[in-house]
Amino acid sequence: MINILLFAGLKERIGRDTVEWAEAGLTVSELKKRFAEMYGLEDLIATAMTAVNEEFEEEGYILKPGDKVAFIPPVSGG
Amino acid sequence: MNCEITNKPINPQDLIDKVVRREAGAITTFIGTVREWTKGKKTVYLVYEAYEAMAVKKLNQIVREVTEKWPGAEMTITHRVGRLDITDIAVVIAVSTPHRKDAYEANSYAIERIKEIVPIWKKEHWENGEEWVGNQLETVRYPTGQPEGSNLDD
Repeated sequence: MINILLFAGLKERIGRDTVEWAEAGLTVSELKKRFAEMYGLEDLIATAMTAVNEEFEEEGYILKPGDKVAFIPPVSGG
Repeated sequence: MNCEITNKPINPQDLIDKVVRREAGAITTFIGTVREWTKGKKTVYLVYEAYEAMAVKKLNQIVREVTEKWPGAEMTITHRVGRLDITDIAVVIAVSTPHRKDAYEANSYAIERIKEIVPIWKKEHWENGEEWVGNQLETVRYPTGQPEGSNLDD
């Protein structure tokens, strides 16, 4: 099981801040594609970075069971 | 050192007190405040949201980067989340260094890095609508999943 955390516009669009994803062994890129298709979030996922266990990871990172994934829309702090 | 995300008002003096020390000859503070007018649109209030655990890690990473680039610097950063009204303080950066030039440069570096790597989002509430900044205008795209040429993790 992979835990997906959602923030800002992503969270608002689907009305929840976490999603549990059963498949492991996907790359970050594959998860983004499948997740975006399932929830109709292609536009927002296209601009999102991905963090795994609170560090940015590249698209080719292979997800392991228990990983905590966060899709990070373009940040606007400060 | 000990960067924070808080949902309460920030007192800049608290950050100054954390970095003041006998070795320092300068302290600079950056105080980011909520602006009313942006390109002709009137902001009524803002809401900041953070991925708090990661945001604190990334703020502390910025402090480590600063102490590597400007040896002898000490820095702390606090960013507020939740609803903020016009003129409220959103972020404070305080840095102390032996000499003043480094204090200005290190502070400027830190606010730019916050805008690149710290997972905090601002939602503008206008008089006639609302919008997550940096998200829906699609002015920023990351085809590789990360900003190009930017050191996100150390």
